[in-house]
Amino acid sequence: MQTPAPVDYAKATSVADALAKLQEHGEEARVIAGGHSLLPMMKLRLARPDALIDLNDIPELTGIRIEGTEIVVGAMTRHREILESAILAEHYPIFREAERLIADPIVRNRGTIGGSMCQADPSADLSAVGSALKGSAVVVGPGGTRTVPLREFHQGPYETVVGPGEILTEVRYPIRPGAGSAYEKVERRAGDWGVATSGVYVVVSGGVVTDCGIGLAAVGAEHYCSPEGEAALVGKEPTEENLAAAAAATAESCSPNADQRGPADYKKHLANELTLRALRRAARASQGA
Amino acid sequence: MQVTITVNGVEHTRDVEPRMLLVHFIRDELLMRGTHWGCDTSNCGACTLWVDDEPVKSCTMLAVMADGKSITTVEGLAKGGELDPVQQGFMECHGLQCGYCTPGMMMCARALLDRNPHPTEEEIREGISGNICRCTGYKNIVAAIQWAADNPAAAQSEVTA
Repeated sequence: MQTPAPVDYAKATSVADALAKLQEHGEEARVIAGGHSLLPMMKLRLARPDALIDLNDIPELTGIRIEGTEIVVGAMTRHREILESAILAEHYPIFREAERLIADPIVRNRGTIGGSMCQADPSADLSAVGSALKGSAVVVGPGGTRTVPLREFHQGPYETVVGPGEILTEVRYPIRPGAGSAYEKVERRAGDWGVATSGVYVVVSGGVVTDCGIGLAAVGAEHYCSPEGEAALVGKEPTEENLAAAAAATAESCSPNADQRGPADYKKHLANELTLRALRRAARASQGA
Repeated sequence: MQVTITVNGVEHTRDVEPRMLLVHFIRDELLMRGTHWGCDTSNCGACTLWVDDEPVKSCTMLAVMADGKSITTVEGLAKGGELDPVQQGFMECHGLQCGYCTPGMMMCARALLDRNPHPTEEEIREGISGNICRCTGYKNIVAAIQWAADNPAAAQSEVTA
């Protein structure tokens, strides 16, 4: 039987209340969102916080809305809401394609985007999506509110810029009219972490790629993205040859580790192939095909 | 700490350690053993119940997180002595062998049919993809859920009763 070590618990009712409770319980307190990463780690004693501050009953942290030129997703928004969101489906099909492959429907009822982003697992699909879309994170703490580009949000495996006493409250994605987007993933079985994943957006205008973003998970891509792959494509026509060159540059920029999911060269091959497939579909979508 | 949790319409107040998992609260505090405790790692889905009408794996939620919430377990499926069509379907189609995954499968199936009364086979398989049957009896489980979709009469009579 796996049971977490003794821990204090407090339910927060607002962001201000959560920040106050974090202060009150000290540096070894942790916020808990859906709990589907933190609780398993607590059962295994990989995490042993003194106190849990529960964010599940803070309405201001949930929901998906458009604000000006951005889509704003509250940190406590569940995977299922992201999967079913009409706003995200309209602007960025990449979310729906990624979410369909995250865990299973029951876990998606509970897991949150903020929890996933802050867990910072190197295989996290939503981290790859966020870096692909060049979004930003809103982090609130005792010192005020700051906005951090998602490509600077993760400091390494399981590490983010969110400090003790701070909370991620929102993730924001710029809306790009005419963008196509797609997500590709190879997993060993339904609902598993990816062996490799790649998600992209592409804007084709006047016959050339004017803008694109390439995000990857599980393949050792720094900050879950490949500026090298993007640079290889911007300004070029979206021909099969040019897409393939960008995919190759993307794979070249990755440094995957061999593990139980596969050897490094296989993962690199997947980074190439999955990026190419995603780029093809996103470029076609951007051209209205 | 003290929690008050409504389970199948009945309010229960208990004093529990914050680290107690919801599945143990249901089984060991309330002695309701319909909810099964399986892998303990949110993989198998045997412990699935509803929190505010959404299926949740109760091995990966603390009881204190359910304070003030309304929970439905497999014991809450039958109404007024009438089996839920999902339960009837499992009988009609031999949807269980050892029975370990059955409560989680049923809770997922009912939730699926409530949202999508006429699912395709693929939608059913997707709907129960968070539930593992180690007897590998998926064919009959899918048939049982399809049966329930095709025979919603019991649920309808419940609504009109």
